Amino acid sequence: MPRTETSASGAEAPAVELVGLSKTFGSVRANDAVSFRVERGSIHGVIGENGAGKSTAMKMLYGIYTPDAGKILVEGKVRRWRSPQDAIAAGIGMVHQHFMLAGPHSALDNILLGAETSRRAWSWLPPPLRPIDRSAARAKLQALAERYSLPVDWDTPVERLPVGIQQRIEILKLLYRDARILILDEPTAVLTPQETQDLFANLRRLRGEGKTVLIITHKLKEVMAVTDRVTVFRGGKVTGGVETEATSPQELADLMVGRAVHLQVKVPPQPEPGQAALRLRDLKLTGREGGVERLKGVSLEVRSGEVVGIAGVEGNGQSELLESILRPAELLSGRVEVLGQDVTDLPTAEIKAMGVGWVPEDRHRDGLLLNRPVRENFLLGLQSSAAFSRSGLVQWGEVDAAVKRALEEYDVRPRDPDVNAGGLSGGNQQKLIIAREFERKPRLLVAAQPTRGVDVGAIEFIHDRILKARTEGAGVLLVSSELDEVLALSDRILVLYEGRIVAEFTRAQADEKRIGAAMGGSA
Amino acid sequence: MSWGRAMDRWMPVLRALLSVIAGFAAGLAVTWVAGESPWNVFMILIRSAFGSWYDLGMTLFYTTPLLLTGLSVAICFQAGLFNIGAEGQLTLGALAAAVTGVVLAGLPWPLAPVAAAAAAFGTGAFWGWIAGWLRARRGSHEVITTIMLNFVAAGLSSYVALYLFPNPDSQNPETRPVAKSFLIQHLSVFGDAPVSTALILAVAMCVAYGFLMRRTVLGFELRSVGQSERAARVAGIDPGKIQILAMVLAGGLAGLVGVGEVLGNAEKFKLGFSPQYGFVGIAVALLGRGNPVGVAAAALLFGALHKGTGDLDFETENVTRDLSMILQALVILSVSADGLWDWVKRRV
Repeated sequence: MPRTETSASGAEAPAVELVGLSKTFGSVRANDAVSFRVERGSIHGVIGENGAGKSTAMKMLYGIYTPDAGKILVEGKVRRWRSPQDAIAAGIGMVHQHFMLAGPHSALDNILLGAETSRRAWSWLPPPLRPIDRSAARAKLQALAERYSLPVDWDTPVERLPVGIQQRIEILKLLYRDARILILDEPTAVLTPQETQDLFANLRRLRGEGKTVLIITHKLKEVMAVTDRVTVFRGGKVTGGVETEATSPQELADLMVGRAVHLQVKVPPQPEPGQAALRLRDLKLTGREGGVERLKGVSLEVRSGEVVGIAGVEGNGQSELLESILRPAELLSGRVEVLGQDVTDLPTAEIKAMGVGWVPEDRHRDGLLLNRPVRENFLLGLQSSAAFSRSGLVQWGEVDAAVKRALEEYDVRPRDPDVNAGGLSGGNQQKLIIAREFERKPRLLVAAQPTRGVDVGAIEFIHDRILKARTEGAGVLLVSSELDEVLALSDRILVLYEGRIVAEFTRAQADEKRIGAAMGGSA
Repeated sequence: MSWGRAMDRWMPVLRALLSVIAGFAAGLAVTWVAGESPWNVFMILIRSAFGSWYDLGMTLFYTTPLLLTGLSVAICFQAGLFNIGAEGQLTLGALAAAVTGVVLAGLPWPLAPVAAAAAAFGTGAFWGWIAGWLRARRGSHEVITTIMLNFVAAGLSSYVALYLFPNPDSQNPETRPVAKSFLIQHLSVFGDAPVSTALILAVAMCVAYGFLMRRTVLGFELRSVGQSERAARVAGIDPGKIQILAMVLAGGLAGLVGVGEVLGNAEKFKLGFSPQYGFVGIAVALLGRGNPVGVAAAALLFGALHKGTGDLDFETENVTRDLSMILQALVILSVSADGLWDWVKRRV
């Protein structure tokens, strides 16, 4: 237990110091005597598995949660927030993982939102009625943008700007409000490798200007690349604080998980690729509201015993590609073949019954019934199978036996079929889905973002399972925005950009730089 | 952990009881303001709902339709739909039962009531199907369409009752009486109360509902669609099909109200016979939380309340029928104010 230090005064005080912070939700100790300090003018990584408590700590720092015990010191002064407003006023800003931007509005208006200024001449009006003084704001922003080299097109609706620029707008929003301490929650989740590099350059520039940056992340590579110090969370406690220079990804991973982890995926030799498990021919699809084509003629083939990875920045047609395999009837044109059979006109249930395992990209939305017990989630999609139903009746006894076995085999914790799926951690939810989909003994496995928001220990397990399916002769289509994951698992890599396959690499040819370039559209 | 498990299981029951008690407290407080002793009012309620076989029979007579409409709304809740159309479905169900009894007057006894019940179920189911189909295939929200279909049902039933099958022997807006072979038996223990074998039918439906939801693949799919349409779709369930089916079953259940009313009580279709059974059914389903036992208990509660408050009018000096409506409304309101509980929990 680190000794609690009260404020060193003045300029030497750290930017942020958390002393013995605790927070309990119900019976869960989300934070247990969390203490660490963040030096001024540094980039500080906050890492940990899902549910380790890093977000809780940051939310207390930002005033979203009130600590049950402990102190928050900002620049040497003990602070108590009643709401994020107080934290913002004290110079703390946060960029959330999901950007808080109003899409149809310009960058300028998004930044002004909530901090509108007007000319003195209008001060007799009640604040909501005062005309906004955009030109003064624009001048101030222009100066900020130049100082930190963060150029932005002020007048385009933000929804038409690339994600990297949107993030830049979020950062400018904080700077506009005079934030000195910036918290970024998983900032690279939606960026291309190039955008990530740009972000890091910007963060270093901010550091150079004396700002303090906290990055919440689970990507060890990025922690190593950009931070000065790292604080590691596990089980609601701080398990380590290290200088980045003096550590390694392996040490950080071990600290996060609490045991030795294999960061490197061991890929078994590829079996002889067999028949086509999945063949897509010239798929074309428009968006839900019609209009722009989201798939512009995608063709690909996945053979049994091979993993084909789809790399690409999110929003380049991945969701539509997945959708069209599951519901080919909604395609504008093109054919879908599964295991040699044309399924274009078949309903989803029949396609899946052919032996298609499906790990959806958004497990909360598409994969689980969050308010129903694990038992029912395991049955979902298998309810009509011969193993679990007879003359229209669910054989709960057999379901229970299978669930029990599967929870054990796939190491889902807790091993309790009565717990609601929403109560499991992200990693365990994903393992539950994998367990369910493997119950079909899939001959085609489609895994979309299989390790998103999943902790390091579970990632290892899920990767092993995917490769095991391949060894057993299944064809695997892997769609992931984590380039590292695609690189590690795929026998062939296809890059999807704006609804087209723009590049193809074999495992031997795969090269992060070239794939990154293709993901950004310059193949 | 087992304590937590028990809490999880009994919490909904506790919440339901609390909201009933809160509603009663508020309602009785109103009678106190009106100048009555709340205790006295409460005792009158109990006595007039359960005080004799006849009283109990009347309570069960009101419980019968509420159980059916409660199940109707509940089955839709399970599928993630909000059926506000039970009133229209039960109106047409009753009308169909009456019309069957008039048109097929020659049917012999055991067949006649069965045919009328089938007509009631089928017509209600058809009315539910319209809303279900519109929701699943055209994307029209079922709350809007079922409300509108209630009006259509009201108009349609007056037309059929008053112009096609009017009762020549009466000034009242009603159809001709059904043939005697259509009438179903009253349960004789309850004296003159018009509680009939329709009660047994309603209880059977309640059991069937429980079986459907707990044991069948269909019930599982229905609940899955209600929990997450998208997850169900990815799992290979056709949510549209399930939604239509849920509305069909809901309409049919509501339609069966016609059996007790027409074959067991009025012996004809009377315009406006239902004191909002369809809408009180929403409160029944909410209070029962989708659980068959819960829905049955809630139906009994509201049946008792309906019977009990009806007697307050002449058993007390200051509580009129209107005040008794207030009492019912407050219980319903407090039952529906589910969110309030979460709000309280957040504050503590």
